[in-house]
Amino acid sequence: MYSNKVLDHGTKAQESATQVTLQIDGSNVTVPAGTSLMRAAVDKGVKIPKLCATDSLDAFGSCRLCIVEVEGRRGFPASCTTPCENGMKVKTQSKKLAELRRGVMELYISDHPLDCLTCPANGNCELQDMAGVTGLREVRYGYDGENHLTGEKDTSNPYFTFDATKCIVCSRCVRACEEIQGTFALTVQGRGFDSKIAPGPTDFMSSECVSCGACVQACPTATLMEKSIYDQGQPDHAVVTTCAYCGVGCAFRAEMKGNEVVRMVPHKDGKANHGHSCVKGRFAFGYATHKDRLKTPMIRRKITDPWQEVSWEEAFAYAASEIQRIQKQYGRTSVGGITSSRCTNEETFLVQKLVRAAFGNNNVDTCARVCHSPTGYGLKQTLGESAGTQDFDSVDHTDCIIVIGANPTDGHPVFASRMKRRLRGRPGTEGAGLIVIDPRRIDLVRTPHVEAEFHLQLKPGANVAVLNALAHVIVTEGLAKEDYIAQRCDVGEYAKWRTFIALPKNSPEALENDTGVPAAQIRGAARLFASAPNGAIYYGLGVTEHSQGSTTVMAIANLAMVTGNIGRTGVGVNPLRGQNNVQGSCDMGSFPHELPGYRHVSDASTRALFQAAWGRPIDSEPGLRIPNMFDAAVDGSFKALYVQGEDIAQSDPDTQHVQKALEALECLIVQDIFLNETAKYAHVLLPGSSFLEKDGTFTNAERRISPVRKVMPPLAGLADWEVTVAFAAALGYQMPYSHPSEIMDEIARLTPTFTGVSYAKLDKLGSIQWPCNAGAPDGTPVMHENEFVRGKGRFFITEFLATEERTSRKFPLILTTGRILSQYNVGAQTRRTENKVWHDQDVLEIHPHDAELRGIKHGELVALHSRKGDTALRAVVTERMQPGVVYTTFHHPESGVNVVTTENSDWATNCPEYKVTAVQVTAHAKKSEWQKDYESFSSSQEGFLPGTATRGETN
Amino acid sequence: MQPSAHSGLAVAATPAQLAVVDAALARLRDLPGALLPIFHAIQDELGFVPTDSLPRIAEALNLSRAEVHGVLTFYHDFRTSPPAPTVVKLCRAEACQAVGCRSLEAHLHQAHGAAMGSTTHCGALTLEPVYCLGNCALGPSALVDGKLVARLTTQRLDAIVAAAKQKAAAPGGRS
Ligand code: SF4
Ligand code: SF4
Ligand code: SF4
Ligand code: FES
Ligand code: FES
Repeated sequence: MYSNKVLDHGTKAQESATQVTLQIDGSNVTVPAGTSLMRAAVDKGVKIPKLCATDSLDAFGSCRLCIVEVEGRRGFPASCTTPCENGMKVKTQSKKLAELRRGVMELYISDHPLDCLTCPANGNCELQDMAGVTGLREVRYGYDGENHLTGEKDTSNPYFTFDATKCIVCSRCVRACEEIQGTFALTVQGRGFDSKIAPGPTDFMSSECVSCGACVQACPTATLMEKSIYDQGQPDHAVVTTCAYCGVGCAFRAEMKGNEVVRMVPHKDGKANHGHSCVKGRFAFGYATHKDRLKTPMIRRKITDPWQEVSWEEAFAYAASEIQRIQKQYGRTSVGGITSSRCTNEETFLVQKLVRAAFGNNNVDTCARVCHSPTGYGLKQTLGESAGTQDFDSVDHTDCIIVIGANPTDGHPVFASRMKRRLRGRPGTEGAGLIVIDPRRIDLVRTPHVEAEFHLQLKPGANVAVLNALAHVIVTEGLAKEDYIAQRCDVGEYAKWRTFIALPKNSPEALENDTGVPAAQIRGAARLFASAPNGAIYYGLGVTEHSQGSTTVMAIANLAMVTGNIGRTGVGVNPLRGQNNVQGSCDMGSFPHELPGYRHVSDASTRALFQAAWGRPIDSEPGLRIPNMFDAAVDGSFKALYVQGEDIAQSDPDTQHVQKALEALECLIVQDIFLNETAKYAHVLLPGSSFLEKDGTFTNAERRISPVRKVMPPLAGLADWEVTVAFAAALGYQMPYSHPSEIMDEIARLTPTFTGVSYAKLDKLGSIQWPCNAGAPDGTPVMHENEFVRGKGRFFITEFLATEERTSRKFPLILTTGRILSQYNVGAQTRRTENKVWHDQDVLEIHPHDAELRGIKHGELVALHSRKGDTALRAVVTERMQPGVVYTTFHHPESGVNVVTTENSDWATNCPEYKVTAVQVTAHAKKSEWQKDYESFSSSQEGFLPGTATRGETN
Repeated sequence: MQPSAHSGLAVAATPAQLAVVDAALARLRDLPGALLPIFHAIQDELGFVPTDSLPRIAEALNLSRAEVHGVLTFYHDFRTSPPAPTVVKLCRAEACQAVGCRSLEAHLHQAHGAAMGSTTHCGALTLEPVYCLGNCALGPSALVDGKLVARLTTQRLDAIVAAAKQKAAAPGGRS
């Protein structure tokens, strides 16, 4: 259950224009209409006993512990389900009430084991507390009657236990799974005395449960309980911090004992997640103390040498001398750096500062190159700001949702739960309409109580064609919001675009061949979206990771503008960003052409500002992008790279090319918490620190800057920002910060959208959505409200061009890639947690028809070939896929998925085309040559780590 | 959440049984409140609702498997495994409890292996609960293959089990 040190209001807060005033225990209380008596009492400091109510759920009224007396009314109404009314006089305590409540408790306790002293919930149990407050002293029924004390424990989930003997059947868990998570994995099985909580006719592990932990958090007893509490006992203090996994950026209470995290519990006041989380953030934090963590700096001359452990000073001195030697020999631009979307804003800012000021060039890039660079470009061009337009809460006010190229239930699970709640609607109200545009039947298309009105199951690579066709229907059927456009957009550009989009070649009928979607469906979807009062578009990497990624983003912006859906709550263009801080790393100037705040390096006044602050000249020429760095390394003109917290060897496409580039470097400096794939090519290893070991901030997909707080000392002695500061010092460049708050102060000084941000304000507000400055001192939940950031919204012509990656006789299938709920990105963290039970290998999803044609059976190893390379994976035969398309994930390095992906990329930003590769799949495979080479290279590299002999044995 | 390389639930129901399920779904899925009519249709034909049919029913109605399971187990009328040739529905409501139906239940469990909702070790008799047969004055009461039996005792139960064994062994009796 949630910590009992945090006040539980019993029922949800209500919003209402009307206030009602009543008397509770003799004093007046005024609350919004609809507020329960229970909550009003809590507001007044009066806690009414309760068991089945908690403030994250709708009131249910089953336990009858919360009864009160209301003057002039008969009986004893339950305070959780009774709304406040003007003039009510309520008594929460009386002799009669005490007697009745004690009676209720007596019944509960007569069927409950009395082993409180050895119970894991001891000290944090609502049942215990209620026995205390109701003054239960004896249980008259005895324990020899019928009871549930012989129930069984279900320990199948790796993170929590279900101990049926302790269950009071309050159904808080069932309701949490339904209302909050939206999975409906729990039920009350049977009826009456036989009723029991069950995850269907099976155990948790084989059930529909997605291990989000909402039920564990809602359970008032020890029935559903974190295993970590069984092992470590109850925590004694908590620190509020931010999840280091996905772009939802959930706020958490790290509940601690000394320096040890006992459990992570989503923070109720967190504005991105409102007390919910997914399996990664809540449970998969064990990697932070995994034995594989790097704890000592290491260096070596050649990558065929074993590693040599050295002091931090020696490591910095060696790295700096190598950079200086290489710059002397090959020139100033022969070195560069890569910032991390997993590190904090402050750390990212420092890495780009080091590259620009100490390396003296602009060769800095970030992994956003390979995910959301088209978002930055496309939204800047059309709307004027490289970020999503809304906050997550906005989805509550949407009437129609388009999800394109995103799989929120796997990639952004907490936001997906929020979205599903809106799609289901509240009891008695309609949910929002849903249009899914995806080659794959993702879960959202049809999942309990949610069903898309339209699933436009397009061919991979046809996003622009589908979006153009939707816009065509809107424009030609007179559904465009001309008033909005006339007022808010550049009308000249609109007129040009309108003429273009109305051309017959953009009609759904004409494009049917390219899209693979029946024209009638596109027409239906266009009408549904255009006629909704509030329409919102959510998209992910299925939009950006294409050769037309930037065009697609602009087509999305066009669609939002033509339907008048930007600039208020409930609408907008919402990129679901992948990594925890990918928005932040972009904001912080991680791109080779942009200084912090998306200002071009060629702009003299911006440069002057930074030059003055940093005391070094700034190059006016944009530097190299990641793929250019690889090409230049292979060509021999790029020689040294400083990589903080990214695993380019695994995450970037066309692995064999990347490997060649890394091998060609004379000095690769890797800063990471593990010996990741890239580190196997490194000359200097600087141990990184996990998000639990440092202070800083992350910025999530809704531009929300949230605090990251140090709860334990860095394992290797230095936080990541301290490492960069010391490395710069070794290069002769001083950045003397004593705390990350000073770095944020510098960012605020230099960046107009951040001028109002400070740690003091973050402490006060909890989190801040940028822009935060004089015009918006508390931040900006919704952007472009009165006008677009660029002034007038600009329509761009989005001509559909099919990708050059085409299927052929040799490669007749299209491979597209994605992610899975239990794993995160390259998996370096999640593979080192119990999450591996769900996904211990990447698998290849293939349609039954394609499988049969090739004699492929479910579960067998199959070979995947493309013009770039080969690998082998296990096949999963599923109707989720459309015929002709196969799908996999890239969470495990040995799967070598990126050996197969190609060098194709977005025309504007070089974002790789991960989503379209022509492939062939064949049955009866063995491991590919690349996989065998990888295995032997990888194991020799692991052997180079000091003390590996013993590591092998203890594992 | 099952592992991603999982091969799906093992299906124990026969293709013929699943065909019955699919036919019932095709016929009834669009009714409002389709779940109960679907359960009844399946049980009428098969004598029980196979657990393996839950994913199909859930998928057809866009419910979770857990929800379908919850409803199925809420009603005592539905079985999830084939019944034995003889079905005893033992009353468990207040009046019968007051005259000891619980000890009869315990007896059937201990002496014959049939816990509530399951079948005796010999496979001849299935025990199911029922709540008040309107025969309160003469309890403990039960229905044995649909026939009302009053004033049950352990001895009479033993006799019913013995008769059930004979019936099961006789030609035409299922075992
Ligand atoms: S498991 Fe916990 S939350 Fe669920 S019914 Fe039992 S006591 Fe209540
Ligand atoms: S962990 Fe989440 S998905 Fe699983 S049963 Fe609990 S609430 Fe439902
Ligand atoms: S991984 Fe994402 S959704 Fe899950 S807890 Fe972390 S931030 Fe939230
Ligand atoms: S808390 Fe109100 S009835 Fe349970
Ligand atoms: S209580 Fe058993 S027949 Fe009424």
